[in-house]
Amino acid sequence: MSNTYTEEDLARNLEVQEYKYGFTSDFKSDTIPVGLDEDVIRLISSKKEEPEWLLEKRLQAYRAWTTMKEPDWAHVNYEKPDFQAISYYSAPGQTKKYESWDDVDPEMKETMKKLGISMEEQQRLTGTAVDFVVDSVSVATSFKKKLGELGIIFCSFSEAVENHPELVKKYMGTVVPHTDNFYAALNSAVFTDGSFCYIPKGVRCPMELSTYFRINEGGTGQFERTLVVADEGSYVSYLEGCTAPMRDENQLHAAVVELIALDDAEIKYSTVQNWYPGNKDGVGGVFNFVTKRGLCERNAKISWTQVETGSAVTWKYPSCVLKGDNSIGEFYSVAVTNNFQQADTGSKMVHLGKNTSSTIISKGISAGESQNTYRGLVQIHAGAENARNRSECDSLLLSDRSGAHTFPYIECKNSSARVEHEATTSKIGEDQIFYCQQRGIDSEKAIGLIVNGYCKEVLNHMPMEFAVEAQKLLEISLENSVG
Amino acid sequence: MELVLDNKVLEFVSDFKKPETISKVRKQALDALTGMDFPTTRVEEWKYTRVAKYVKRKYKQTQASTNIEEYAIADLNAHQLVFVNGYYDESLSTILDDDAVSVQKIDELDEEYYSDLVDGTEENVFSLINKAYQTGGVFIQIKKNKKANHPIHMIHVLEGEEVIANARHFVLAENGSKSEVIATFHSKNSANSFTNVVLEGHVESNASLTINKLQTEAKDVLHISNELFVQDESSNFLINTITTGAQLTRNGLDVIVEGENCHTEMNGAYLGTENQHMDNHTLIDQLYSNCTSSESYKGVMDGKSVGVFNGKVIVRQDAQKIAAYQSNKNILLSKTASVNSKPELEIYADDVRCSHGSTIGELDQEAIYYLRSRGISAASAKQLLVAGFIGDILDKVENEALRADIDELFLNDFGWKF
Repeated sequence: MSNTYTEEDLARNLEVQEYKYGFTSDFKSDTIPVGLDEDVIRLISSKKEEPEWLLEKRLQAYRAWTTMKEPDWAHVNYEKPDFQAISYYSAPGQTKKYESWDDVDPEMKETMKKLGISMEEQQRLTGTAVDFVVDSVSVATSFKKKLGELGIIFCSFSEAVENHPELVKKYMGTVVPHTDNFYAALNSAVFTDGSFCYIPKGVRCPMELSTYFRINEGGTGQFERTLVVADEGSYVSYLEGCTAPMRDENQLHAAVVELIALDDAEIKYSTVQNWYPGNKDGVGGVFNFVTKRGLCERNAKISWTQVETGSAVTWKYPSCVLKGDNSIGEFYSVAVTNNFQQADTGSKMVHLGKNTSSTIISKGISAGESQNTYRGLVQIHAGAENARNRSECDSLLLSDRSGAHTFPYIECKNSSARVEHEATTSKIGEDQIFYCQQRGIDSEKAIGLIVNGYCKEVLNHMPMEFAVEAQKLLEISLENSVG
Repeated sequence: MELVLDNKVLEFVSDFKKPETISKVRKQALDALTGMDFPTTRVEEWKYTRVAKYVKRKYKQTQASTNIEEYAIADLNAHQLVFVNGYYDESLSTILDDDAVSVQKIDELDEEYYSDLVDGTEENVFSLINKAYQTGGVFIQIKKNKKANHPIHMIHVLEGEEVIANARHFVLAENGSKSEVIATFHSKNSANSFTNVVLEGHVESNASLTINKLQTEAKDVLHISNELFVQDESSNFLINTITTGAQLTRNGLDVIVEGENCHTEMNGAYLGTENQHMDNHTLIDQLYSNCTSSESYKGVMDGKSVGVFNGKVIVRQDAQKIAAYQSNKNILLSKTASVNSKPELEIYADDVRCSHGSTIGELDQEAIYYLRSRGISAASAKQLLVAGFIGDILDKVENEALRADIDELFLNDFGWKF
């Protein structure tokens, strides 16, 4: 690389940067015909051998969904998906459950290898239990025994419905009710699988729990449902990462994640999202419409950390409802958009309890012709004495065709609360690059340095293993610029 | 013939008088009003401000006379234009000798010229009602390359019960001119009235225009003002909005910057008590490069008052080298007061420096303790801190006579000294 690498070069590099993880695994899928009506929901439910109460919930959600309208307030522009042209169920052809790692389909192992996360390696080196989800059905679960000894339940959602119906019944839909929004309702009606995690009282989960989601079958929407319950005084760190194969048609991903942190519990939820963003002309790419919300009881803490580099359209607002006194909500986010990607993301912090505090740190990087929007809500209710919030939203623009927008909503109904919000938008300062160059750092490295430093505040909050992967992703997104 | 009116807007305006000959501008507005509705809180722009209660009332358009002595500002030495219930009262107005300023009634203006000036501006239902049923207003022209000898003071008074004042003004600051406009809003013997004012303006190349707006209407008035200014190349525009009156205030202020090297400054102070609702909506639309804008709004809310701030800065594609600053700070003095703040940035160009900040909090207990431990009473300590907080906005008012008047207002209404 010559020394004359400039911001324009970086922007150009970003533009031509094609998706690295585009490949399709070729194994048989059990797919039902396209379309959605009550019969399809009954079919999904029966295929999954679900109990009556769950089917009832699904139908309730479906009926609510039919009365709802797709939201259009987000700062994104896309062709609305035809919900009758999607197949709502797809499971890998094999139905048998794996006893051990050796039984797992070699091709699937290969898939994981291409993702850069060899399961063997993970098992051996990181001590991470991986619940690997390919097209909605969980096919491999490891470290189950070890977790079982502590009473920790970590399994697919279907298994949880089968084995722990009382927990699922008690907590499902309590944080994100099926009437919450259009996509949450759709998810509640047609969700195929997902993950379930329960940490018993006073238990500190000894390892990071992680799930990898992949969209595999062309034309199938992915409707995952995650429910994490941390009982009193427990702690868990949960990782979620996504990569998706290259497809030309837009694929819909409408997930729901519910976190429940009971008294004195702590949940740390980290996400790396790298769904297919479409090619450099803006064709294809995943629609990512996710509802993520956590509920904090007394002294509880929920921390969301996310690195968003993928998807053609992202609509995602991980939120915390700080219901209990002294509870804490955190949101750390890096969102990178490139080419024609559009992201409308941010966080909601709802302060209900006394002495609640929340922090929002959001870093947006826009390149190409992408639009990157921060949209957040900080709501201090009348009873939230001494509530504190600090929000910081910074945007970095790498091209003159890209856009960075900030729409924070701040609502304060309590005089003892202290709410601070600040946001900046700028490009990388020429003086900053000049400063580095003076000290013998070429401009390419300088840009990398600045971008890295810019994101550090967020990456520092990721678990170490995950931060490495997140950094790798940022490097790929900003290839040829990060030294 | 009886018409069935299911449209709330048409019902609202059904008793309003129209002039015998309807101008093209009015006609357009009248046409646009059919099929429009009053905004509900479901409309994003009106999310925090509910007008339903007020627009159910029937307001009257009545001409009245009033004593304006108490509203004249001492030592201001200004052209004085008086509007009572939205009607221009020439007998109460005094226009001083000034070759830089010409004042015309807005109705006497050449229609083609006027409709051309206001063409393409976005309007809401209230500004359209104003446009269709305006009862008077002035067209103020500051002549090319001239500096106005006197500031222009527009006094608006509401007099009588349930009256609506639909005044409509236009300020044209011609190339290279410099001027100051002061708009004050008062009410007397008035109950449940409605000020629906529109102030538009065009700041041409190299011109400089300052507007100071002071609104102290009674606490049962609905005050909706729509302000729209267009700036040309190398122009300077400053507007200070100070609000202490009315039950519900909605200040809509849009500035469209249509040339390079412009500077725009917006400042606002709003002080709410009792059940007051104060909503400041601002927009700065930057279409060209090398412009700067600075916006600072501060609110002090007491009683059960509600403060709303929504400021938007748009930097269009290719409008490079823009520096835009926006800040909204609020102090809540009582447990029941609340604030909703929404500072927005919409940036489509990369070589920009834009930032915004927003804070909400109470007075610093430690600062109060510091003052009290030095023998200052709790009330004085509070007053000192509030004065210090809001003072830097009031300092933007450079006109000394006006500033003295504002200080007096704060002393009388709140017991605050600056």
